[in-house]
Amino acid sequence: MKETKRKQLINNSITYSLVIAFWLVVQVLTATGGLSNQLKGLLVPLCMYVILAVSLNLTVGISGELSLGHAGFMCVGAFSGAFFSKLMAESIANDTLRLVIALVIGAAAAAFFGILIGIPVLRLRGDYLAIVTLAFGEIIKNVVNVLYVGTDANGIHIAMSKKGLNLLEDGQVIIEGAKGIAKTPRASTFNIGIILVLITLFIVLNLINSRTGRAIMAIRDNRIAAESVGINITKYKLMAFTISASLAGVGGVLYAHNYASLAGKSFDYNMSILILVYVVLGGIGNIRGSMIAAVVLTALPELLRSFSTYRMLIYAIVLIAMMLFTSAPSAIAFRERLMERFKGHKKEVA
Amino acid sequence: MSFLSCLISGISLGSVYAIIALGYTMVYGIAKMLNFAHGDIIMVGAFAAFTVVNTMGLPTGLGILTAVVICTILGVTVERIAYKPLRGASSLAVLITAIGVSYLLQNLVLLIFGPTPKKFTSVIDLPPLQLAGGQLSISAVTIVTVITCLAVIVALTTFINKTKMGQAMLAVSEDREAATLMGINVNSTIALTFAIGSALAAVAGVLFCSAYDNLDPYIGSMPGIKAFVAAVFGGIGSIPGAFIGGIVLGIIEQLAKRYISDQLSNAIVFLVLILVLLIRPTGLFGRKISEKV
Repeated sequence: MKETKRKQLINNSITYSLVIAFWLVVQVLTATGGLSNQLKGLLVPLCMYVILAVSLNLTVGISGELSLGHAGFMCVGAFSGAFFSKLMAESIANDTLRLVIALVIGAAAAAFFGILIGIPVLRLRGDYLAIVTLAFGEIIKNVVNVLYVGTDANGIHIAMSKKGLNLLEDGQVIIEGAKGIAKTPRASTFNIGIILVLITLFIVLNLINSRTGRAIMAIRDNRIAAESVGINITKYKLMAFTISASLAGVGGVLYAHNYASLAGKSFDYNMSILILVYVVLGGIGNIRGSMIAAVVLTALPELLRSFSTYRMLIYAIVLIAMMLFTSAPSAIAFRERLMERFKGHKKEVA
Repeated sequence: MSFLSCLISGISLGSVYAIIALGYTMVYGIAKMLNFAHGDIIMVGAFAAFTVVNTMGLPTGLGILTAVVICTILGVTVERIAYKPLRGASSLAVLITAIGVSYLLQNLVLLIFGPTPKKFTSVIDLPPLQLAGGQLSISAVTIVTVITCLAVIVALTTFINKTKMGQAMLAVSEDREAATLMGINVNSTIALTFAIGSALAAVAGVLFCSAYDNLDPYIGSMPGIKAFVAAVFGGIGSIPGAFIGGIVLGIIEQLAKRYISDQLSNAIVFLVLILVLLIRPTGLFGRKISEKV
């Protein structure tokens, strides 16, 4: 037990130090001017994708449920956070303070939707669960696309069309249907992003190494056995799903405050798949892996522009090859034979 | 009258969903996997027909035949390369692979044909049927779609119930190991299922694009997912279920478009899926399977 604890501590420290090392490198590069504008623009999205990949890995890798609606939670977080920032743009002058409150609101809103969706969804299993999370993601996207919210002296108005808002003369439309939210204060910075990555890692890694995390993984490995030793399946599954959703909401708030405009159509099924690709390539269940995969796969195509036409094609091929290599029974047998031969060879030498 | 014409367009759309859902339901019943790439096979079929009929100017029949042949080969190849090695692996791995195949097909077509949507001229150029003194007009595509759908159902039911290969398919879907022991070649039966499903997808693709005359590399994903909804609605693995599920879903979608909101129609379809899964997870015609420990 002590040995495993020590290993976990070393492992987690490596993960945290990687993030801090990355931050230091960026600081040095900024100071020496070695950072192009293109790279600078990538820094916040990098943090965002790391948060999303780590949070999705909690659902897919640790809890063992394939969620195809991660972008939906991101959407909820992004819109609720940006809505708050727009509403309070004058009341709270400090950008950072406003962003912090927006982050809390975004996380809470996404967590609320996580519970709301998780309760019915987690009763299902396997393929059905995947398709229903996809359905929920699409529903969120479609509803946001017809959502109009505005404010005036009478308070907040919600409607399904611009006319339906019935705003007074001085009213202001905040969420404008398919156009979404425009001109959110761009408060996201790299430093805030890195802090959020560290917080995300802290939450997820601590959860995995806790009693709760072991219960969640026990359910993943054998549901019936876990139930028979008295683990409350619904509670733990819902817990993992909700935490994952709320972290996706944090990623969404970061996203909303990084770009000038925010539209519901950005959070479609393709976004969910993109994050899933990070998780699969980084190794399902491997938190550090999804972190590295998110950074490499976000930065590489942006740096190699000419390569971007083939980017999605290569993603697809790598996704298939990766699954065949890691999960096909024959590939597993092949690797085991290889390992045995390698080990046997070592023994002979000794 | 507007309600009636809405209903008819719903039945037409539903027939396309039903044809796609048949492929879905057969593959799911036999291979026990969600073939996410099924929708993209529809798209490939539509592009094949488009190239032969619109670009090369060859006769319609040849276009449909080419689409069916290409999709059948594609379906069997995909099964052989991507899905067969994963037989016995976790459903998560199979599903992610299927998503990968779906992405691969979309992006291959995107590279070949470019991202600009193509105008798909309907392969059926017959005059519309006028009813009630010209107040109700039913387009020829609608009639052909519904007739094709019915013909496919009859042919498929006969094939499964009357031929040896059909019986083998039933046996494999019932119990794969027992079927192997009885001397059924499971691998070739699964390949045959993929071939039939993909051929149906090609037909559906041509009909779908004839009705909506728009063609881009992403058209397949939405009808694909909705056909899955239809298959679940009718009870996955059941052929009459896929038919009725498809028709009902098509009608719901068209009515929602007409009377609630154009933009929310997809959301309403998905809401139906969620409600069905929560209230009756096995669908209308599905059988309840008890879990073995």
